[in-house]
Amino acid sequence: MSSSPGNSPFLHRATIAFFLGLALWVPVANLLLPAESPLALSSYSVSLLGKYLCLALLALALDLLWGYAGLLSLGHGAFFALGGYAMGMYLMRQIGTRGVYGDADLPDFMVFLDWSELPWYWWGFDSFPFAMLMVLLVPGVLALVFGWLAFRSRVTGVYFSIMTQAMTYALMLAFFRNEMGFGGNNGLTDFKDLLGFDLHADSTRCALLVVTALTVLGSYMLCRRLLATRFGAVVTALRDQEGRVRFLGYSVASYKLVVFVLSAMLAGVAGALYVPQVGIINPGEFQPLNSIEIAIWVAVGGRGTLVGAMLGAFVIAAVETLLTAQFPEAWLFALGALFLLVTLFLPRGLLGLWERRGHG
Amino acid sequence: MADIDTRHGVMLYLDAVSVSFSGYQALNELSLAVDEGELRCLIGPNGAGKTTLMDVITGKTRPDSGSVFLGQDINLLDHDEAAIARLGVGRKFQKPSVFPHQRVWDNLALALVGHRSPWQALRYKPSTADEDRVAHLAKLIGLYDLAGQAAGGLSHGQTQWLEIGMLLAQDPKLLLIDEPVAGMTQQETERTAELLQSLVPDQTVVVVEHDMAFVRSIARRVSVLHEGRVLTEGSIDAVQTDARVREVYLGDAC
Repeated sequence: MSSSPGNSPFLHRATIAFFLGLALWVPVANLLLPAESPLALSSYSVSLLGKYLCLALLALALDLLWGYAGLLSLGHGAFFALGGYAMGMYLMRQIGTRGVYGDADLPDFMVFLDWSELPWYWWGFDSFPFAMLMVLLVPGVLALVFGWLAFRSRVTGVYFSIMTQAMTYALMLAFFRNEMGFGGNNGLTDFKDLLGFDLHADSTRCALLVVTALTVLGSYMLCRRLLATRFGAVVTALRDQEGRVRFLGYSVASYKLVVFVLSAMLAGVAGALYVPQVGIINPGEFQPLNSIEIAIWVAVGGRGTLVGAMLGAFVIAAVETLLTAQFPEAWLFALGALFLLVTLFLPRGLLGLWERRGHG
Repeated sequence: MADIDTRHGVMLYLDAVSVSFSGYQALNELSLAVDEGELRCLIGPNGAGKTTLMDVITGKTRPDSGSVFLGQDINLLDHDEAAIARLGVGRKFQKPSVFPHQRVWDNLALALVGHRSPWQALRYKPSTADEDRVAHLAKLIGLYDLAGQAAGGLSHGQTQWLEIGMLLAQDPKLLLIDEPVAGMTQQETERTAELLQSLVPDQTVVVVEHDMAFVRSIARRVSVLHEGRVLTEGSIDAVQTDARVREVYLGDAC
């Protein structure tokens, strides 16, 4: 394997320690320590950390695809949003008669639109296992169909990026329509509980954070193990010399397809974990801008390093939280400037800095 | 890998192959037969169709007409690049292409025959036989001492050898080698000549080359391509004294 910093044993152990530490520390700091303790963590901060973790998972998903297979998807927000919608639909069904209209069969927005019965594609979302299956399957199948068409025709490089961008834009327009049956521009919100646990309770928030931290850690380990196999070597090889891989007898399209589908599923899981923690999913998540931002996280953190991608998402999301609170108009300029600076001076991202230091 | 039927001694057979690119006739009813175990050189001026010929054999370019057979009964036009490679046709590009971020050892291991589907690659564990084979190949191409280094750091000549080593790891029956000694030193060129000669007659080798001294040192048979077809074929001496060849390509300097 390559000697990318993401593979250094120290960084690997530090990453594991970070996620495990977060999973242990957050519940203690939020639930057990008294609020006046300097180490205590507010419920607001717990939600914020949970949100960052989801974005880190999304960045990890894109890094697997872009950093290793060399395919820059500028539509990964779509897979994230679809996973989020699948979770949101389950949460909507959990509301039951507690909605504004108290209708046991239909979500509020359907009652409002005078719909008489639940559309077929909402069937089954009362069941948690079914909804979780859809979190994986809907992004996975979309990536399978889209990727099959693209890779079979050998669409690569910037053309692939543009097509994925068009895909998320088309989905955004579709989801904005009330007739689609996903709540139009309001999306899905006013969730009450998940598996019977009150979503507004601190204990539920902490449990969600723990689940998210462990999921991100598990996904990171999965990606790492995958990349350490011959499969991973083929994927990295096709990023660098696609023609050589093809003339060695590997079916390049099927390798790309496997990575694309896996990456889309990870993005879907990130979306599904995100929605209960932020309390809403709407078509804004499909905005092309969101997908571009994911690529910036990965580039800033260090493409093709896994750890760097997650770090980039964390750092930028945290800076965004600080800046949008203080200077809301300045944020996009700051993001653009950061991206430019990193591209110009840190082509290997924040982790490249670490590597430079490490090699002295 | 399917066995290639070479009962009649023919490894590769092209009949009346034509390729045109937006009006330009790259191959013009070209016919060529290469015997099993032969080391054949293809020469010809720029634009004669040498690289297009390689592209047609390896599935990169679809001909407009004609047929291409591997052995007696494998129609190469029915297969794509990856499938043709799996049938036992290895190709070295003019521009050396190896995997720069992976070690020399891993470059060779990745090329080892078999385990081509994603699922097989995921479950692959190198056997002792595989390790031995990689070590053997690394020694053969003179890169055993550099096996642990990233391939991106190799010299030009070493990169060319690594790519030839990767071809051999595929266990091909037919090797197509595009300009192997371009940019090599005299010493490297000699070693490459030895390496290629050691492959026959177990394997069949087709070499495209401009360096006439190199061609003279390795080839028993030479095919001269001109304007998309085979102008003449024969020993290097016969070819070099052929008046038509002198006219189109070699010039009086040879």
